[in-house]
Amino acid sequence: MKCSIASDKFRRKFAEQIEEICGERISLCYQCGKCSAGCPVTYAMDYLPSQITRFAQLGLTDKAMKSSTIWICASCQTCSVRCPRGIDLAKIMDALRILAKRKGIVPKEQIAPLFDGIFLGSIEKYGRLNELSLITKLNMASGRPFKDVSLLPIMLKKGKIKLKPQKSNPGKEVRYLMRKVEKLESK
Amino acid sequence: MARIGVFVCHCGTNISATVDVKKVAEIAKGFPGVKFTTDYRYMCSEPGQDLIQKMVKEHNLTRIVVAACSPSLHEKTFRTCTQNAGLNPYFFEMANIREQCSWVHDDREEATLKAIDIVKLAAAKVGKNNPLQTTFIPVEKRVLIIGGGISGIQAAIDVAFNGFETVIVEREPSIGGRMAMFDKTFPTLDCAACILTPKMVEVNQSDLIKLYTYSEVEEVSGYVGNFKVKIRRKARLVDENKCNGCGTCWQRCPVRLPSEFDMNLGKRKAIYVPFPQAVPNVPVIDQEHCLYINKKKCGICKKVCPFEAIDYEQKDEVIEEKFGAIIVATGFTMFDHSIYGEYGYGKYKNVTTGLHFERMLNSSGPTGGKIVRPSDGKEAKKVVFIQCVGSRDEARGMPYCSRLCCMYTAKQALLLKEHNPEAEAYVFYIDIRAAGKNYEEFVERVQDEYGATYLRGRVSKIFQRNGRLMVRGCDTLSGTQIEIDADLVVLATALIARPDAIKLAQMLHIPYDQNRLFTEAHPKLAPVETVTTGVFLTGACQSPKDIPDTVATASAASVKACGLLSHEKLPIDPQIARVDVEICSGCLACQEVCPFGAIEKEEIVDRVTQQKRWVAKIAPSLCNGCGACNTACRPGAIDLDGFTEEQIFGQIESLTADKGDER
Amino acid sequence: MMKVAYYPGCSLHSTAREYDISFQLVCRKLGIELQEIPHWVCCGSSPAHVTSHLLSIALPCKNLILAEEMGLDTVVAPCAACFNRLKIAKQEVAEDSKLKKEVEEVLGKPSAGKIEVKHPLQVIIEDVGLKKVEEMARRKLQGLRVASYYGCLLVRPPSVINFDDPEDPQSMDNLVSALGGEALPWAFKTECCGASFSLSETDIVFELSGEILNEALEAGAECILVACPLCQSNLDLRQKGIEKRRGKKFNLPILYFTELLGLALGMSMRQLGLSRHIVNPSKLLERKLAVT
Repeated sequence: MKCSIASDKFRRKFAEQIEEICGERISLCYQCGKCSAGCPVTYAMDYLPSQITRFAQLGLTDKAMKSSTIWICASCQTCSVRCPRGIDLAKIMDALRILAKRKGIVPKEQIAPLFDGIFLGSIEKYGRLNELSLITKLNMASGRPFKDVSLLPIMLKKGKIKLKPQKSNPGKEVRYLMRKVEKLESK
Repeated sequence: MARIGVFVCHCGTNISATVDVKKVAEIAKGFPGVKFTTDYRYMCSEPGQDLIQKMVKEHNLTRIVVAACSPSLHEKTFRTCTQNAGLNPYFFEMANIREQCSWVHDDREEATLKAIDIVKLAAAKVGKNNPLQTTFIPVEKRVLIIGGGISGIQAAIDVAFNGFETVIVEREPSIGGRMAMFDKTFPTLDCAACILTPKMVEVNQSDLIKLYTYSEVEEVSGYVGNFKVKIRRKARLVDENKCNGCGTCWQRCPVRLPSEFDMNLGKRKAIYVPFPQAVPNVPVIDQEHCLYINKKKCGICKKVCPFEAIDYEQKDEVIEEKFGAIIVATGFTMFDHSIYGEYGYGKYKNVTTGLHFERMLNSSGPTGGKIVRPSDGKEAKKVVFIQCVGSRDEARGMPYCSRLCCMYTAKQALLLKEHNPEAEAYVFYIDIRAAGKNYEEFVERVQDEYGATYLRGRVSKIFQRNGRLMVRGCDTLSGTQIEIDADLVVLATALIARPDAIKLAQMLHIPYDQNRLFTEAHPKLAPVETVTTGVFLTGACQSPKDIPDTVATASAASVKACGLLSHEKLPIDPQIARVDVEICSGCLACQEVCPFGAIEKEEIVDRVTQQKRWVAKIAPSLCNGCGACNTACRPGAIDLDGFTEEQIFGQIESLTADKGDER
Repeated sequence: MMKVAYYPGCSLHSTAREYDISFQLVCRKLGIELQEIPHWVCCGSSPAHVTSHLLSIALPCKNLILAEEMGLDTVVAPCAACFNRLKIAKQEVAEDSKLKKEVEEVLGKPSAGKIEVKHPLQVIIEDVGLKKVEEMARRKLQGLRVASYYGCLLVRPPSVINFDDPEDPQSMDNLVSALGGEALPWAFKTECCGASFSLSETDIVFELSGEILNEALEAGAECILVACPLCQSNLDLRQKGIEKRRGKKFNLPILYFTELLGLALGMSMRQLGLSRHIVNPSKLLERKLAVT
């Protein structure tokens, strides 16, 4: 498939958008590949992390945001610590995920974004994470209803999860906080 | 009353695109004393200069202002032109309306106004210029070369060939430098020693070249043509005149130490020559480790020396010599990779550098030419080469490309294969930079003929597993992460300035850059000169260089040095400080601030009181005209020729008077 | 007596109860008073920073304000993820005035600037000091071979965390050595365990944590010491699954450093909640340390 690169103007705008979100400049990357060399999860990615930066540099936004790479990134920051150009690639991955979520182009088969949504839903409701409901909701949403079910009895027995959710008393405050964030960001 | 001519240059469109040059010329007509103005496409061209000379005659002009580029480029041109027009060359001022105006502004109207002001300043100054005469100083016809690597050696040979005496000061016990450590050289695969040692011998045999090895420059004073240099000759504890290098002493010395020359892969004794072809072939005693020096035990070397050359009582000696020119050839050092945690913080023995590998390749080296794992001495069959370690790394290393690692790594991969065709060579690179005669062809041969595997990507981590090194890299071309278990890793570490480069730069009054590399006078047109006249640069102390480039700059620097020495006398700039002894109170505050040591105190007899008193005295050959003394002088006894108070105040007044009108 | 604000984070109240228990016990012994931040909320962890930058800063900031309102100058966060997010939020707000304004708008309060965020390891090494810990120890670790595993978030990014080394950290190793154990040098101290992918991309956790377990075993470890509930959970809870996939037995107990420290200070396994581990450490500890 032929793929022509985006116009200067578009590329500049995209680079600015990323910088706005995470403060990192993709133009600094000279493609040495050290990030890809050290990334512990490349084996599960469709593109190398350095290729994602390249796509971003060329304004191939769809290629970057629809790749599995940005969702498979574990945010371990190995790339960021070792980058010879001082780029925090983990932050760029965050920015791409945020942009993809904003644009509603999250690939359906990715489970990590489902996890994120349910996790944030839990803290919106309780102020804290409720593990049991996270597991069950995630299993349902990802179509794997029996995943990890065998672990539940031992986890309950060892007191690692509870049936009753832990709550932060002013739970509503978090809901209010999240609304405000949304409002500010939609501006 | 001066009759001033103003000549405004377009510099093609360099100036005229941003500055309305016609308007500048037009307005300049109204400045005090200005009798003629014009504009022209290229003032520096021959017709441009002819125009000046013609107008001087036609309009009877006595002062010239050229509004053009920076004085650092064409001041000399127009001074000569002024002189050719029959005027004192210092009856000329340059108004820089390019670097300081057109190139840094966008707004044409504002830039034009600024250019007019710049010209006004020059016109106000030139009217008050005094005629100045160039003076001359004698030249000491000897060259000092600091550093005895290939660069210093070549420079010495070239200077001597021109018939001038030269002295090499080398810190190590032998000349030869880094090149003496190499096995073969790219791209011809000449044996480094085979091409270097004849030059070392030539240096040794030349009547015109004096060698001070195991010595360091301690102090430099003076100026071009007349440098005074203090040199510390460290105590060898061996009398150079008596020793004939028979080697009995170091064969019998019982102390075994890691050899620096062999990158600690081999051993040397406490009395040693660093390598067999050392020049001079005279050992030194390592005072830190010698048993006799430290514990008054042993003393074997003294006992066995057939020539009674060992002298434990020898002391460092500081000598002072005079030179007309100095060539700096201090070379480089290697970046210390132990700052990289991901490469093991220097803990893994089998993670080595290119220089270690050179010593292993060398058949007279510590391993006898075998490529081994330093950890256990077993043959290394799988070798990973990593480029750009410390180079091209703004975050933790040097921002620049070290320029020769691509080539020497290719060479090392080739030699590995030649030593053992079964061995595997992997080279991790970012870009292959092989811009040199037959370089690209060489790298291709290494991949094609010798089968070295080139992988495009920087290595992220090296760690040990079961006694082997695991190298985690990637090949961005295929989009694959790669893990190689290697016997040996060779890091192409960056070439960097020596740690004491700044100290030497300060001694020589030469600038250095943010990477501590010495700065040339002009990156293109004066690559071996420095801003200090008479001090020249060669080799890797200026920027990383391979052998051909180093030799080329050595020859270039020696031509420049010899050029200076070929004069009986050298002209000095007359724009220097002058003391009015009538006013001088002799406080000598000026002496404190003078960066060039150009001020001394002088006893005079006071004209009025007939009493003896001290005053400041300027050495014209040392003064650079910086003006520091001028501002420090409280009674106002010091003035700077070419920049007198009258001239400067004249300039300020010309601007403020005008602004007053506007208000 | 040193008094600090305590931010346990969600895990220490659920999957990592034993970390909470052992940390509190150790603190009491070492003369550190922990005051849990009233009504603390989740720091947002990774789901926040991959969804909204502002949210990922505002949530930790809310907790920092709550802690500062307690009148204390230090907040300690044992979960490496919480610790990381609190540190990052504090620094970003301090450096970015626009962000600071937005956060204050969201929280309706001026953001906290003074309070210092620390990890328990930092408190023990920098404030208590290994010398004192060594003096107080009642039990020697008897050459117990320990691989200290630090994970990602405890040491990265170094410019923000400013504690220990990002490639070869030493703080837990130094603690182990001080207590008489054998701190093993190994190369996977800061490799990623799969972190928050435990539930969503479990295969990644199997792979990455499997590599860590394998490397620790090869290095001769009898147990792995951790300082993060996510690391602990991935290496402990998932160890059975990893063994099955790799066809290799590890049987490596994954201990919190507070637990080992507690044992050295004379506490019992029961007190410290060691029975909550999936890979049972009691056999090893009974054999090597003669503890019950």
